[in-house]
Amino acid sequence: MSQGHTRMLLNGNHAVAHGVKLARPMVVPVYPITPQTPIVEKISEFQLQGVMDADLMTMESEHSAMAACITASLTGVRVFTATASQGLMLMHEMLHYASGAQTPIVMCNVNRTIGSPWGFWPDQTDSLAQRDTGWIQYYCESAQESLDTILQAYWVAEKVLLPAMVMHEAFYVSHALETVDVPDQEIADTYLPPFSPYHRLDPEIGASWGNVVNQDMFYRHRQTLGQSMEKAIEVALEADMLWEKLTGRGYGVIEEHRCTDAEIIIATTGSMAGTAREAVDQLRDSGMPVGLLKVKLFRPFPVELVRRALDEIPRVIVLDRNFAPGTGGFLHQELKAALYGLKNGPVIYGYLTGVGGTNVPPDKIAGLVRESMEEEPVNSSVWKG
Amino acid sequence: MAYTIVEEKIFCSGHHACPGCNAALAFRYITNTLGQNTIAVVPPSCGAIISGPQPLSSMRIPVYQTTLEASAASAAGIKRALKAQGKDHINVVAIAGDGGTYDIGFQSLSSAAERNEDIIYICLDNEGYMNTGAQKSSSTPYLAYTTSTPGGKPTAKKNVAEIMAAHRIPYMATATTGYLDDLVYKVRKAKDIKGMRFIVILVPCLDGWGVADHEGAKISRLAVQTGVFPLYEVENGIKYALNYGSQGIPVSNYITRQKRYRHLSSEQIDEIQQVVNADWENFKVKFNA
Ligand code: SF4
Repeated sequence: MSQGHTRMLLNGNHAVAHGVKLARPMVVPVYPITPQTPIVEKISEFQLQGVMDADLMTMESEHSAMAACITASLTGVRVFTATASQGLMLMHEMLHYASGAQTPIVMCNVNRTIGSPWGFWPDQTDSLAQRDTGWIQYYCESAQESLDTILQAYWVAEKVLLPAMVMHEAFYVSHALETVDVPDQEIADTYLPPFSPYHRLDPEIGASWGNVVNQDMFYRHRQTLGQSMEKAIEVALEADMLWEKLTGRGYGVIEEHRCTDAEIIIATTGSMAGTAREAVDQLRDSGMPVGLLKVKLFRPFPVELVRRALDEIPRVIVLDRNFAPGTGGFLHQELKAALYGLKNGPVIYGYLTGVGGTNVPPDKIAGLVRESMEEEPVNSSVWKG
Repeated sequence: MAYTIVEEKIFCSGHHACPGCNAALAFRYITNTLGQNTIAVVPPSCGAIISGPQPLSSMRIPVYQTTLEASAASAAGIKRALKAQGKDHINVVAIAGDGGTYDIGFQSLSSAAERNEDIIYICLDNEGYMNTGAQKSSSTPYLAYTTSTPGGKPTAKKNVAEIMAAHRIPYMATATTGYLDDLVYKVRKAKDIKGMRFIVILVPCLDGWGVADHEGAKISRLAVQTGVFPLYEVENGIKYALNYGSQGIPVSNYITRQKRYRHLSSEQIDEIQQVVNADWENFKVKFNA
């Protein structure tokens, strides 16, 4: 679709800032951290220029930034914040608090290594370590996808009343320039109606939040949270379809690239999906029946869709740019769990590659696929550089 | 000070505080003075218990119970969202304990002050982590017994009033439940000021201090009259006004009524007296200037 947008040369972070501007949040509490900083800077610039009407709160920590997001959201406004790595770690307590209060906050997390030792490189362990905090999690592979996903994330979060995290990787996406179609404000406004939350902090309503509850009430709160999560997959698909109708761009919650008739499928997330797509095309050229499964929505995990995509496929190779000590790659674990019980499920190879930001070019991925042919799969993830 | 106390009935009886609790008394006068048009933020503390377990509430205003570190940031988030919606007339008050203020919540408090957030922050200071069974906080006074300083706290109480005044916020005040007219006057005054307002209220904890159920108000008066806890106001970090100060009553009158000081020798009581005297002399200078 060529109408209703401006084509711009943007890095991933500036693309996110444009997405945020289009979503019209009213309160934006932020704290800078590399490599997220350009998001905060761009939003500050928009605000100074008067093209974005948000109240920017320059907080003293990510913990406080998230605390302010939660209350601002409960008081009835749309909010945004961004973080990375240690910042996300510092928020951990408040992430649970946000989902517990069912506040539809949208946050961009730029995936970066966590200390110690210090590093600034692409690695998804920061956000994957938050997978059980009750946040919706999206992993994006390009600046365009990040922009589009910010708007979709609001659409979903506000429907199911859950906070949503949109991820892209340090430098590969956050700082690399791409041409991006920035939709016109009318398109965003058509897509995203004004925020009208279901319960709020307001003397006229008189409701409170956060008080001590008994066991039964806590149990029911957790159940409700679970039900919202379950609903989120369907709602995310709906959000994507609607966005595609308006802009011509859709991503699904998983993407299957050349998977029809594939005998080997590479499964991965984030920017690695872009590289793996290259590798798949190369391998296909050399006659190998290879496909790509990109998992875009990681929480809630789209178990049924993944099972359908991988049923009857003999071999799956999982590439994880992350590592959970004691278990291995996160996606590797998730896929094994998701596919358990499939009668004709694949054998699964879990490869830890790109952990800590090491470079993984298409040739390397093609090499890993060939290597797998020579190896028996093992239950644990294997280090592959 | 002649000040008529006008109460709107926001705070209700039947809450969960210990009988005679001065924190509950403070809650009553704070919320009743601020009135219906208020949203309160309360972190984990005795205040959280007093606010009531869900679905009950001792207060007829929305109360948001936040995490221990985040009272000021949470209150600021509410106020910013209200402003964005044109509902600026609603008061936002954070009511935290000394642990949530002097210690774990200090970072967010100090930064909210630096940003001059338009909130009222009230610290109910009972000089210890009373809600977890009376452990030391950085507000615990020198030589006071707590379960984590069984030999007496070896260091001085952090002077949060002066630290907050040094942020040059529009309004800082100290108050106590022994002088309710003064307390209400300060809450009332804070209500009408814009920007960051901070009030630290000394609230004797009957259990944690080891005083009788009916003695709270008396003890807190003695804290003022002995010069241990002077009541004063500071506007914009420079304009000091003293409301109630030392009347030269020996500090032993205050100390010997509390079990948390019963391990002290007479030399130690003398030492405390000397520190209080010196502090009071230094302090008076601010009002004569
Ligand atoms: S422990 Fe102390 S502060 Fe807490 S409710 Fe009891 S008397 Fe009040």
